[in-house]
Formats: sequence, structure tokens, C-alpha cells
Amino acid sequence: MTTKQTNVGTMQAGYGQQRKIANIAAYIVLAVMVVIWIFPIVWLVLQSFNGKKGVSLNTFFPEVWTFDNYIKLFRQEGLSDPMDPNSPMVVLPLEKMTFPYGRWLLNTFIVAVFSCLISTLIILMVSYALSRLRFKSRKMLMNFGLILGMFPGFMSMAAIYNIMEIIGLGKQLFSLVIVYSSGAGLGYQIAKGFFDTIPRSLDEAAKIDGATRNQIFWIIILPLSKPIIVYTALTTFLGPWADYVFVSYFMKGDDEKFTVAMGLYEMLKPETMNEWFTVFCAGAVLIAVPITILFTIMQRFYVAGVTGGAVKG
Amino acid sequence: MDYLDYVQMTRGQQISYKIKSFFTGIPNAIKTIFLYIGYFFKSVFLFIANGFKYYGLRFTQGDGATKASYIIMGAGNIAHKQVMKGIVFLACEVAYIMFMVNFGLTYVSKIYSRGVHVDPKNPDLVVDGVVGNVPIEYEKDDFFGLSDKIANADTADDSNKVLLFFVLTLMVTIAFFAVYIANTKSAFATMETIREGKRPLSFVDEMKTFLDERYHITLLTLPILLLMVFNILPIIFTIFMAFTNYDKDHNAFNRLYWWVGFQNFADVFYNNAEKSYTFGKVLLWTLVWAVFATFSNYILGIVLALLINKKDIKAKGFWRTMFVITSAVPQFVTLLVMRLILDDKGIMNAILHTNIPFLSETGWARVSVIIVNMWIGIPYTMLSVSGILMNIPEDLYESARIDGANAVQQFTKITLPYISFVMTPYLISTFVGNINNFNVIYFLTGGKPGAVDYHSGAGTTDLLVTWLYTLTVSEADYKLASVIGIIVFVLCATGSLITFNMSKATKNEEEFS
Repeated sequence: MTTKQTNVGTMQAGYGQQRKIANIAAYIVLAVMVVIWIFPIVWLVLQSFNGKKGVSLNTFFPEVWTFDNYIKLFRQEGLSDPMDPNSPMVVLPLEKMTFPYGRWLLNTFIVAVFSCLISTLIILMVSYALSRLRFKSRKMLMNFGLILGMFPGFMSMAAIYNIMEIIGLGKQLFSLVIVYSSGAGLGYQIAKGFFDTIPRSLDEAAKIDGATRNQIFWIIILPLSKPIIVYTALTTFLGPWADYVFVSYFMKGDDEKFTVAMGLYEMLKPETMNEWFTVFCAGAVLIAVPITILFTIMQRFYVAGVTGGAVKG
Repeated sequence: MDYLDYVQMTRGQQISYKIKSFFTGIPNAIKTIFLYIGYFFKSVFLFIANGFKYYGLRFTQGDGATKASYIIMGAGNIAHKQVMKGIVFLACEVAYIMFMVNFGLTYVSKIYSRGVHVDPKNPDLVVDGVVGNVPIEYEKDDFFGLSDKIANADTADDSNKVLLFFVLTLMVTIAFFAVYIANTKSAFATMETIREGKRPLSFVDEMKTFLDERYHITLLTLPILLLMVFNILPIIFTIFMAFTNYDKDHNAFNRLYWWVGFQNFADVFYNNAEKSYTFGKVLLWTLVWAVFATFSNYILGIVLALLINKKDIKAKGFWRTMFVITSAVPQFVTLLVMRLILDDKGIMNAILHTNIPFLSETGWARVSVIIVNMWIGIPYTMLSVSGILMNIPEDLYESARIDGANAVQQFTKITLPYISFVMTPYLISTFVGNINNFNVIYFLTGGKPGAVDYHSGAGTTDLLVTWLYTLTVSEADYKLASVIGIIVFVLCATGSLITFNMSKATKNEEEFS
């Protein structure tokens, strides 16, 4: 009996020590991983303050600190100043080429905001109809949507561009808004999952009180759905904000119509990269900061959205 | 088999069960796919057959006005005191006829014009079955003269427009047919109402049902309309493209393209040595990439989540946020930064004092994209696994502790089986997502490095989707691009169908309501 007790005692002591070692190892592994994950981001931020042009290789920290890269983003350097009669008109050599970053930022913002508004409305409408209304073709529509969603997103890009040209929207920002929000009807699953969890008795009570389905949607269901509205709005805002594929095809060659994703990609073309690399970093930091803040805020919505389906099963 | 049965098995049994269920699952999955297709055709057939049956029944049992509405839409409604509704139906019919006469029929007749046209690349080859009309007669060997003549002709058709408007006419016709059927139904229903001695609904009351009983129509009309015009129409158009020779030599308004049947598919699969070789290589790499990208993220994501969620680890929120921040930065930014870091003369080589061609040599580039993909994807997996870990019922651990299981046993017998059990559908959808993973490949390597024996536009790190992008944007080889698109669709559809069958989430839809 006694031997057994001591055995347990030493085992516990050994176990405690083991646990300490395991913990230290875990912290070390975590710390190393964080460094690996954060390193490129930190490098990007540091380079955006680098006063030396080109991709610097020898030093991790910039030798000359400057804020010029951020200023250069918004200044049409080398172009004649319309306010200044003495400023010369010059044909710019390649390294003096300018990129209208301010314009891109505005374009991106306009496209993202409008796509977000239209898409959110569409997603809420579709998911409410498929979740809480019962009608004959409901299952068929859902299956059809499932099949439609499996076509690669930009497979029909050329055809869509043809349509846009025919209806007079070729090379217009509005065509991007249409592209991003017309497919929104297919992304109803997560919002539908949310609507499914709101008790049906609410609808029935309202119906007894004489409310129409229209009133139930606007007055009862929507006010209860703030989390999913926020989630939907954020994801539909972030999609256009970071999309490259459609912009690159639709706005090819017209740099006044670029969004930031396309513009920054252009900056890193081999012929302009050396001159514009640090400016690219500044532009990237500017566009990443608001998104990072938004994303960190919506982290919990994201977790709920991603795992919702799995946990339910 | 339940989760609990599974947990109770020994490790060997579990592994053999998994292997067994994988292989026994294959015929089952194939069977389900065929059942699904069969079920689909059966329901379509029944739908049409029933439609005809009731269509005929309504005609024979209807009165004169109802019968009249089979030809003059809305006649039944107008005769039965629903004047406004009848007028709306009539207006639809008139509008459709106007549309067809003035617009639709022109393009329907041109979709298979039996004109002849010369292939600019092979002046000797004359083909027929052109999309659109060639306006001018010409001599077969007068190729150079021909191109001049056609370029100057204002009456030449644009094959693109002809095909696109043909698809549009097709869709309008289908929509009109639905309205037409609704019209016969409505005529019959109002007749019945009047026979029963009731008053049919007034137009205003009828409109009010769109806010209540028929609210789904109000909600879904705009989204479906948008999908029709900007998703379905372009997809049908693109599928048609796969059966033409639409590419950079056949795309301006003066260069018609024509139907080539299954030529493009034959080229990709066996007919054209260069194309089929490239396709085989790209497909193989796509699958290899999808397997590695999925499992590396899956396993390491789980490890990271377990590390962070380990009981003794403090400041869990801090660690999680550090990883989430990296995935919050837009992917095109992080990936472009990664490209610079891994460049031949990039900072990575400078730090290591080496000259490793991280992204410029096939073998290295393939490894690099998989590793960078881990950097991109692990935080996402970590987030979703964290959610699952929090959902493991605590009583499982409690009873295990009472039975004397230590930490290692608890992990291997409860945590691991639970995660793999719940995450399987997630795993398959990630696999399908990786087949379509455009960003990582395009921003890192752009599909490069190229290979001499590959078809133009393709590189050795190209996935099917990035190749599709290059074919569309820079090669303007639309016919090949749409063939690749269809193949990717088939790949993804098969994968998704398997997921769909395995995931129980869709079956429990009504549980909460």
C-alpha cells in the first residue's frame, strides 16, 4: 500500500517536471512560428519607410528612414503642375512614370462599397426566402445553385466582358460592381444557416397578429440578424477589395480604372520594380491596415461562419 | 457507424476501418453519383410529363375562354373579370412576338449559317457551318484578296454577337414559356373560382399576395434575373465556345468562327500531341498540388491549434491574433511580398548566402509554392480547428479520466478521432478549393517557369485554373480555355458531390425550425 502511494507521488513529481518541459517547448515552438509568420509583414512595413530605392538585401532595417514613399503615392511626380505656369511639360522616362494610387484607392473604395451594399441585400433576400419560406421549387433552386457554384469563377470572364461591351459598360467601374454582386445569390449558405436557427414560433406568432411575410422579414427577422448582416457585409466588402482577376481582364491597359490590387501588381512589373518597390510597400501597407483592423474585429464572426456547418453535422 | 463506436476501437482497428471505408466508399460514391444523375433525369422527365398531362387536361376541361387563352394569352382572365391580369399576360405575348420578329429570329437563323469561310491559317481549307454570315463571294485561292474584302464589308456578322444573342433568345424563350404555362393555369383557376360561385381576386389583391403568400417570388426575382444575365448566360455561351474554334485568329468582326464539334476536346485528350501532353502534365500537377496543399495545411493547422489551445498555454488570444493578422492582410499583398523574398536575388538568398532558384526552377518552385501556401493557409485551418476543439463534449474527457486514461491516451483516443471525424467534409471542400487556388500560384510564379515542350501559355507550376486565366487573358485562346473550364467543373462537381453526400449538415436542415 505504502509503496504504491510513494510510486504515485514520484510519478506525479516526474509528470509535473515533464509538463514544465513540454510547456517550455510549446512556447518556443509557438514563438518561432510567430516569427516566421510575422517576418514578411514586418519586412513589408519596414521597407515602406526605406529611403533607399530598390529591393535592399543587406539590411533588414532601412538605413535611411523616410516618409517619402507615402507622399509619393499621392503625388503626380514629374507631371506639370497646373497651378504653376513655370512648370515644364516633359515626356517622362520610364523611371519617372507615375502611378495614380489615389485614383486606384478611390476606385477600389467605390467598387467595394457598392458591391457590398447590393450583395448584402441580395444574400439576405435569397437566404431568407430559402430558409423560412416554403414553396414548390425551393429544393430545385438550391440544387441548381449548388451546381452553378461549381463552375470556376472566371471561366466565363470573356463572355461577361462581351456582354458588358454590348450593354455599353465596357471599361466602366460599374461593370465590376455588377460582376461582384450578380453572383451574390449563390453565396447564401452561411446566412441561411443563421436564419434556420431563429425559432419558427416567432414567425407564427407574428402571422397570427396579422403580419405579412414581408413585414415579418423587415420588422422581426432582420433586427435579430445583426451578427450575420455584419458578417455578410464584411465578406462582400473584402472580396472586391482584394480581387485581381476580373479587374486585370476588364480594365486591361486603362490605368485610371484600376483598383489597388491590379495597380500594385503593375508596380512590380520588372521594368518599374526597382524604382517603385518601396512605394509599392507603402501602398500595400495603406491598403492592408484597414482590412487588418476589420478582420481582427470580425474574427469571432469568422470562426462561427467557418465552423457552423461542421459542428451542426 | 456512430462516433462512439469508432472511438472505442483500438488504433489498429481504426486505421483498418478508415482504409476499408475509403475503398468500400469508392463504389458507393460512384453509385451515388449515377443515382443522383438518374434521379435528376427521372425528376425532369416526370416534371415534363406531368406538365403535358395537366396542360392537356386543363384544355379539355376548360371553357371557351380558357381554351382561347392557349393561343391568345390572357383571354381566359379577361373573360373572367381579371381584366388587368389578362392584359399583363397579353402584353407579355405581344412583347415576346415583337422580340422574336425584330431580334431573336435573326440570330437563331444565323447560328448555323451554311456559309463557307476560309481559315486564315490554312487558306486551302474551306469549312461550312459558320456562326454568322460572310457577305461576299470569293475564290477559294484568293485568300489575301478575301481578307481585304471582308474587312471592308459593313455587313459582316460578328460571330460573338450572333452566339451571345442566340443564347439570350433561348433564355427569353424559356422564360416566356414559363409565363405561357402560368397563363393557362391562371385561366383555368379563375374559371374554377367562378364556377364555385366566388369572386376572383382583384388585381390589387393579387398584387398584395406578392408581399405574403408569394413573397418568395418578390424576393428571388431580382437575384435570379442577375444570375441569369451575368452568370448563366455567360456560362452557356462559354460552353458553346468549347465547340467552336474561337481564338485570336477568329475573333474580330471580320473573322467568323465556326462549329468544330468535339475537335477541341479530342485535341486536349489525345489528338494534338502537344496539347494533350501539356494538359496531362498540368492536370497531374494540379492533383499533386491539391493533395499536398490540403494535407500539409490540415495536419500542421491541427498541430498549431492544439498547441495554442493546450491547457497550460497562457495568452491564447495573443497567439491566435498574431497568426490571424497575417491572414488578414490581402493575399495579393502577402503573396507579392513572398515573391520578392524568394526571388533569385531576393532577401532569402541574401540571408542564406545561397543562390537557390526558389521560384525559377521547376522542382524548387513546386516545393516553394506548397510551403508558401502553408504560410497562407495554416492560420485559417487553425481558426476553424479551434472552433471544433471548443465543441468537443467535456464529459468525454471526464469519463476517460475516471477510467484512468492519461493525457496522451485522451489525445489519441478522443481529440484526434473527433477532429478527423468532424473535419472530413471540410477536408474535401478544401481539396476542391485548392484545385481552384488561383492566387497562390498566380502571384508567386505566374505559372512559370515555362517548359519548351509545353503548349503556349502553360508553365510547370500552372494549375488548370491559372492556365485557364492565361489562355483567356494573354493567349486569347478562348476555345481551349472553355474546354479547360468544363474539365475543372467536372473535377469540382465530382468532389463536391462526394462531400455533399458525406456531410450530414444538409440533411438536418429542419432540425432547428
